[in-house]
Amino acid sequence: MEPILETKKLCCTYSVGTPFEHRALIDVDFRAYPGEYLGIIGHTGSGKSTLIQHLNALLKPSSGQVLLHGEDIWANAKATRMARFKVGLVFQYPEYQLFEETVYKDIAFGPKNMRLDAREIDRRVHEAAYFAGLTDDQLQKSPFELSGGQKRRVAIAGVIAMGPEVLILDEPTAGLDPVGRESILRNIRQFHDAKNATIIIVSHSMEDMARVADRIVVMNDARIPLQGTPREVFSHAEELRAMGLSVPQITQIFHRLRALGLGVDESVYTLKEAKEALLALKRRD
Amino acid sequence: MLKDITLGQFFPGTSLVHRLDPRTKLLCVVLYIAALFTAAGWVSYAVVFALLAVAVGISRIGVKALLRGMKPVVVILVFTGALNLFYTQTGTELVHLGFLHITTGGLERAFFMVTRILMLISGTFLLTYTTSPIALTDGLEHLLGPLKLLKVPVHDLAMMMSIALRFIPTLIEETDKIMSAQKARGADFEGGSLLDKARAMVPLMVPLFVSAFRRADELATAMECRCYHGGEGRTRLKQLRFQAADWAVLALFVALLALIVVLKLRFRV
Repeated sequence: MEPILETKKLCCTYSVGTPFEHRALIDVDFRAYPGEYLGIIGHTGSGKSTLIQHLNALLKPSSGQVLLHGEDIWANAKATRMARFKVGLVFQYPEYQLFEETVYKDIAFGPKNMRLDAREIDRRVHEAAYFAGLTDDQLQKSPFELSGGQKRRVAIAGVIAMGPEVLILDEPTAGLDPVGRESILRNIRQFHDAKNATIIIVSHSMEDMARVADRIVVMNDARIPLQGTPREVFSHAEELRAMGLSVPQITQIFHRLRALGLGVDESVYTLKEAKEALLALKRRD
Repeated sequence: MLKDITLGQFFPGTSLVHRLDPRTKLLCVVLYIAALFTAAGWVSYAVVFALLAVAVGISRIGVKALLRGMKPVVVILVFTGALNLFYTQTGTELVHLGFLHITTGGLERAFFMVTRILMLISGTFLLTYTTSPIALTDGLEHLLGPLKLLKVPVHDLAMMMSIALRFIPTLIEETDKIMSAQKARGADFEGGSLLDKARAMVPLMVPLFVSAFRRADELATAMECRCYHGGEGRTRLKQLRFQAADWAVLALFVALLALIVVLKLRFRV
């Protein structure tokens, strides 16, 4: 399958020519396929945020290419602008970017910048509000009256309203309580299923990644040392630990059980698999 | 783009200039500026310049860093230079181009004015480059202490200043972040007419103000939680004490001003 979004030998160096020079990305080859649910993990400073800002042309590569549908997004001004619209980016703590008088107007900001007509904007605002889990009566409120979690939903709706083919979210559940996390992840999943959109989630929560992602890309020191299905990635427990990351707690337990001499599969990473593995073990005894 | 602002930037170091008491440095800058504005001729300028050069040399700040800070004032320099060059009509005429006359007097005056501004800025930059904002406000608070008798809220002003300085980098970072977020929603900060540009600032300024107020609120609460209630009875972790070097440097700068005054009144150079 052809990737929808791809980087080729992408490099990014900050503050070139000063003592603060810093290489944030080194020869990164990243691929996202249509309709996939992709997770990017890495600890702070590994280059995750820099990478995703290249994907929708907010940052210009120092060298290398970013391709959307196989075309360089920096080829001309039109391609760059299209990349901004086709690849939606929700920043970390996006609730701090709200500025309009009403939630409705704030969600409409993106579509308006795309110069859509009023009816299309109205349709998109309502659809985006639905996907982000906002109710109709909230649309006429001031965004500053809402709670933190609701504000975040408004910000996510603001990006969904642009109708992106690829939706990138940087730590969408950071600072939320467990119920809020679940509910936001469920809303994102719904959007993914309904629109067959490509979702890229940046996180350092292995537990969240294990549950939602089809494929995981691990970033460390400006590079991508590991990628694959959660099962493949979590089988490299030692390497992950060396990078300051860990495998999900369930996987840790199974690694430990195996170390204690029990014949279990150590690539287990969901509760369901764990239950089956343990029942199978019991039957064998 | 925003990262190039050097306002109040501090380069940590251990040179003599860095180690001086901030009060000494503040007083010296005042004396230095007074001397600079008293200076009337080549000799006086040379003396003041020599002192500046020695101070810059000792500080190890580097001429490059000093010059980089000059960028924003280039326009003022050119403007001042040109005005003085063309509007001073003393001495002999050198060039005559239509309505423009350049005279030796004009040339000299333009040179002095531009040099004065350059030296003025270099001197004050040297102060902010070698003194941390905290030390600077500390020194200022001490020096303005006598004004307390006139009911001027010196401590509060100093506290406000150090908080403001502390939050400049934070706000710059925040601006960058919000700008990126709005760009991701198709906002355009560069193109369009002046009105379009002003309108484009709304999605940037509103969140920035909201977050500045939120931060102020949180900071106030944090300060109250630690029993902050103004300057009264407040003691300091770092006491400022004059060392021998401070007295020596102060004496040097007083001597400088005296010398320049004498040079001006007696010899007019």
